[in-house]
Amino acid sequence: MELEAGPEGARRALGRLVEAVLASRGEANAVFDILAVLQSEDQEEIQEAVHACSRLFGALLARGELFVGQLPSEEMVMAGSQGATRKYKVWMRHRYHSCCNRLGELLAYPSFQVKELALSTLMKLVQLEGAHPLEKPKWEGNYLFPRQLFKLVVEGLLSLEEDHSLLLSQFREYLEHDDIRYHTMQAASDTVARVTDGRPEVPLTFWNNAFTLLSSVSLPRQESDLSSFYIKHAGLSDKWKVVHLKEHRKAFQVMWLGFLKHQLPLRICKKVLVIMHDSILPHLAQPTLMIDFLTRAYDIGGAISLLALNGLFILIHKHNLEYPDFYRKLYSLLDPSVFHVKYRARFFHLADLFLSSSHLPAYLVAAFAKRLARLALTAPPEALLMVLPFICNLLRRHPACRVLVHRPRGPELDADPYDPEEEDPAQSRALESSLWELQALQQHYHPEVSKAASVINQALSVPEASIAPLLELTAFEIFERDLKKKGPESVPLEFIPAQGLLGRRDDLCAQHFTLS
Amino acid sequence: MGKARSAGARGKALGAPAGARSGRARPNPNPFEVKVNRQKFQVLGRKTRHDVGMPGVSRARALQKRTQTLLKEYKERDKSNVFTDKRFGEYDSNLSPEEKMLKRFALEQQRQHEKKSIYNLNEDEELTHYGQSLADIEKHNDIVDSDSDAEDRGVLSAELTAAHFGGGGGLLPKKAQQQGQEAEKPKSRRELIEELIARSKQEKRERQAQREDALELTEKLDQDWKEIQTLLALRTAKPESGREQEKRRPDTYDIMVRELGFEMKAQPSNRLKTEEELAKEEQERLKRLEAERRRRMLGKEDGVPRRPEHTSADDLSDGFVLDKDDRRTLSYKDGRMHVEDEPRPEASDDESGDGGGEGSSAGGSEESDGPDSHSDLGSDAGSDAGHERPAEEQRLTPVKRSSTGGQDVQEAARAELPYTFAAPESYKELKSLLSGKPVEEQLLVVERIQKCNHPSLAVGNKAKLEKLFGFLLEYVGDLATKDPPDLGVIDKLVVQLYNLCQMFPESASYSMKFVLRDAMHEMEGMVETTGRAAFPGLDVLVYLKVAGLLFPTSDFWHPVVTPALLCLSQLLTKCPVLSLPDVVKGLFVCCLFLDYVSLSQRFIPELLNFLLGILYIAAPGRPGQGYSLVPPFRALGKNAGLLWVSDAEDVATWQRRSLSLRWAGSWKAQTRTEANHTRLSCLAVCLALVKRCVLLYGALPAFHDIVRPLKALLAQHLADCSRPLEIQELTRGVLTDMEKQPTRCRPLVCEKSKPVPLKLFTPRLVRVLEFGRKQGSSREEQERRRLIHKHKREFKGAVREIRRDNQFLARMQLAEIRERDAERKRKVKQLFNSLATQEGEWKALKRKKFQK
Repeated sequence: MELEAGPEGARRALGRLVEAVLASRGEANAVFDILAVLQSEDQEEIQEAVHACSRLFGALLARGELFVGQLPSEEMVMAGSQGATRKYKVWMRHRYHSCCNRLGELLAYPSFQVKELALSTLMKLVQLEGAHPLEKPKWEGNYLFPRQLFKLVVEGLLSLEEDHSLLLSQFREYLEHDDIRYHTMQAASDTVARVTDGRPEVPLTFWNNAFTLLSSVSLPRQESDLSSFYIKHAGLSDKWKVVHLKEHRKAFQVMWLGFLKHQLPLRICKKVLVIMHDSILPHLAQPTLMIDFLTRAYDIGGAISLLALNGLFILIHKHNLEYPDFYRKLYSLLDPSVFHVKYRARFFHLADLFLSSSHLPAYLVAAFAKRLARLALTAPPEALLMVLPFICNLLRRHPACRVLVHRPRGPELDADPYDPEEEDPAQSRALESSLWELQALQQHYHPEVSKAASVINQALSVPEASIAPLLELTAFEIFERDLKKKGPESVPLEFIPAQGLLGRRDDLCAQHFTLS
Repeated sequence: MGKARSAGARGKALGAPAGARSGRARPNPNPFEVKVNRQKFQVLGRKTRHDVGMPGVSRARALQKRTQTLLKEYKERDKSNVFTDKRFGEYDSNLSPEEKMLKRFALEQQRQHEKKSIYNLNEDEELTHYGQSLADIEKHNDIVDSDSDAEDRGVLSAELTAAHFGGGGGLLPKKAQQQGQEAEKPKSRRELIEELIARSKQEKRERQAQREDALELTEKLDQDWKEIQTLLALRTAKPESGREQEKRRPDTYDIMVRELGFEMKAQPSNRLKTEEELAKEEQERLKRLEAERRRRMLGKEDGVPRRPEHTSADDLSDGFVLDKDDRRTLSYKDGRMHVEDEPRPEASDDESGDGGGEGSSAGGSEESDGPDSHSDLGSDAGSDAGHERPAEEQRLTPVKRSSTGGQDVQEAARAELPYTFAAPESYKELKSLLSGKPVEEQLLVVERIQKCNHPSLAVGNKAKLEKLFGFLLEYVGDLATKDPPDLGVIDKLVVQLYNLCQMFPESASYSMKFVLRDAMHEMEGMVETTGRAAFPGLDVLVYLKVAGLLFPTSDFWHPVVTPALLCLSQLLTKCPVLSLPDVVKGLFVCCLFLDYVSLSQRFIPELLNFLLGILYIAAPGRPGQGYSLVPPFRALGKNAGLLWVSDAEDVATWQRRSLSLRWAGSWKAQTRTEANHTRLSCLAVCLALVKRCVLLYGALPAFHDIVRPLKALLAQHLADCSRPLEIQELTRGVLTDMEKQPTRCRPLVCEKSKPVPLKLFTPRLVRVLEFGRKQGSSREEQERRRLIHKHKREFKGAVREIRRDNQFLARMQLAEIRERDAERKRKVKQLFNSLATQEGEWKALKRKKFQK
């Protein structure tokens, strides 16, 4: 079988071969030629071959020329004395298998076009095979899905070596369909279990791929709309698991729990925690099962703890979770980096929620206020603009804590009684202290911060200041606001004439720097 | 009717004496005439106007009035002739006959006088005698004396006396005889008088003309004297050089003349101020500015928006640029608008050269292209330029104080550079003007652009110079990003920027903001994508520094400085320190930051974080207790030991030096030793900054909490003995400084606020204008109602008056008719009577006849 050079020629040749195979069973051996091209080095040829295979096996599936039922081994059938048609069908089904395997391998091909094409072909075959199942239904109305083939796809997607985020984003559109989603969840949990089983070190790429796939699964909120199926069925049966949201949820839960029980890399952990409250917890059949993961994450410390807070909060708030020493841990989370991390807004939003209860003991709130004030001494202006109203709100909510800013006839102290190293808020003696830090911040260089800190000079007003608009404040926004602000008068000017770039003799710049 | 009439008759009878007695209501009215309108109730506050009336009196008055007006009109209804009596005061009963006569006389006089004065040439009133002004006659006599026409005088006076005193016809024939030869016909007295008048008038005119002549002559004399005066001043030189002998005498004379000449020209001027006064004034100005700065620093805005009075004494904007030199360049430029960059011919002339030569050369150059007046101006200006130049130099010295070394180079540059520059319209133009020139020339070019386009010279110049600021700023940025950065030029250009900024604060602040926004935007973009940003180029640092030089950094809020502070803060929090240049840049930013707040002493958390980080990367060991790093620094990482110097030899040879800003721009591969030395210098600078912070923030309430991490880290530093001694000393000094600051833990107390008064319901006060239905409407509505009411009343009154008028007329007509009837009856009766007597007489006659 000689092939003409060039993709154009290849296409024509493959086209002829496909026509031949489809035309008569006698030409069936041409399938080998097609499959041989599938192994080719040339990208163009592979693409042509994939197209050809898709056309060929699509037609064969539609015609029912593939063997249906438990597939016997090829040698046995060939050696056996069954009818020629059966032999042909079994043989063709084996070719179909090898073709699918090759397509699965192509998912790891370097070129994205080939990958994408292989994926779409495989999914097309999944659709056709679903419509013309290769299994015998065990009973009337049995739900059949090409699980083997689909597992192949998912395994291909969850590669160990390569980051498939682009391909996965392509795959996402199939996840719109309920049946695909359901089987993806099943296949994914299988794959994760299989990959991690007995392997001490799993590469980061796999976790990335797995997370991308898992996070792209989103369940519908209501049961009613479970009807968009990728594989067209004549009638939907109520007995099928795939039409029940409950089953979906179960699969979802199994998938996530299976994923999260492993020792995940920190980055993946963060990502999971970021979407936890929004896309995972609401869809679990039993959200409380997440407690293990969340507590473990909360104990890690740093940013991860901050993120775990959100999930924990939902569990505590909605699912009656009892969490001992919650506030103590929250207290220990407050360190200088809390003002600099990316999740600052989320953390303070939650902290505001946790501390909004008026039943908290005064010592606890005072400890929080004092700690935040202490930390504010290292905070950038955008964080200060948020945390100063935050502290003031705490004092407003808990009048017992107002001694922190107003202690008439108090004795003058030698040192601050507050102990910053103490882990336990109860032992920190915050109530005996005062918020001198805020007094220091009244001297802050930014006028708005200075104003915000000066609030404590007067008796605090009753209504709380809403910190919601301040949470996401960035320095750039403040900068823009300052630029746009119009002064009432004309611009004041420096009256000491400039003498040079480094300024006067006594300026620090002139002292420590030279131009040469 | 009859009743009314009788009442009217009575009223009239009563009213007549009332009218005679000044027509006013009598103080003691007849009680029978008074009618009292009784009030049923006394209402408080009601004003009653009509409680007492005198119907009889008022009716009589009305009747009298009607008789005088309506009746008269009625009687004259068919008459077209009117007799008006215009005699003065005829019907005025207040005037006595004597007064009346006096007034009439005065009026007549006045009328006569007015008629005369139409032709009177002099404005003011004059007393006349026979139409001649008495004053003139007096003067005339005097002038006649001086003008030696005594013969006339005799005649005239004789005539006059004749005319005055002759009076009657006795003198007339005599006079006719005297003037017989002139006029055959004897003149009448009237003619004579007219002649006299005409003659005197003519004389008057002549005198006037004479006076004018004299005035003109004196003026001319004045002018002549002026010319001579200048001649005198110039002429003195010649005899001086000529003769030795006369030299002494004219010398003093000349001096006198000159002195006089100069004295006349001298203008009163302000007293020159002494040094102390100037110093004091300057001090006061600075004090005032400082007070204003302090006010802004504290952020206490008083409502009155003040205009900035920042025109410093050595400001270039006042008059300095308007000196002659410039004016000439302008006229020169006007003359040949399109010839560019031609060096000025007299630029190379020696400045004290003879005025003639220069004048002629300037004139020659000008004659070709401009009218004479222009050339005059040009030559004048040219001769003046020589004197102005040194003064200009003097004034420039404060500006160029830093560049005194290159004075002669500058002179050379001055010689070869063109004198006029069009203001650049785009940044490229400016760059092409400046690039490739040495520093002095660049400065000169910028200076000249400024001078040529001073806002007082043309309308559009302000905008041009405003743009120039932006271009210069851009140019500075370009210079800073060069490799190696051209910091020397920037150093000099800063002065120009400052001057421009003083002239146009608004646009300068706008350009500065624009530049800062650019820098921030770039950084924000990086932060958005990667979560961190690299330290920006040297240009941003230079911009920030320039912003600090141009604007007061201590203000509580300032449109440029506050964003600049935020920009600095971002540099310290978002840019991780990855290399030694980054350390240098970071330290420069710290210095900038501290310079910004050096006056206002404000607290900068980021700065302390950054210094902590720098100290950490210079620390020998691993993370210690008592401090925790804040981003952008990390406790662990490949940059953790960036400033750590372990080489003992380098440590030993290290000398403390200032850091070069050049290193921040481009870091040339140095030797290992140099790099280590730089590291130690950075550390030293960092320690110095920490020390500064300690001094600056020592007074803050939470000082010890602020510096606690620094303290812990410095203790760790101190434990390491491999440091140079100087650094160890520095570290120890900082630590002792920290310890020295007292701990102040006075419990916080809120300011006492005024107790808020209880909320009370204050009554709503409504002004009650009038009672009744008019109450409670708006002012306009009330006014409208009032007017309607008034109109109604007036209308009713008018109707009543008309009715009364008609009644009166009817009464009068009836009376007329009755009178006429009575007359007729009487006449008829008379006729009957006469007829009866006639009949009787005839009958008697007849009887007599019969008897006969």
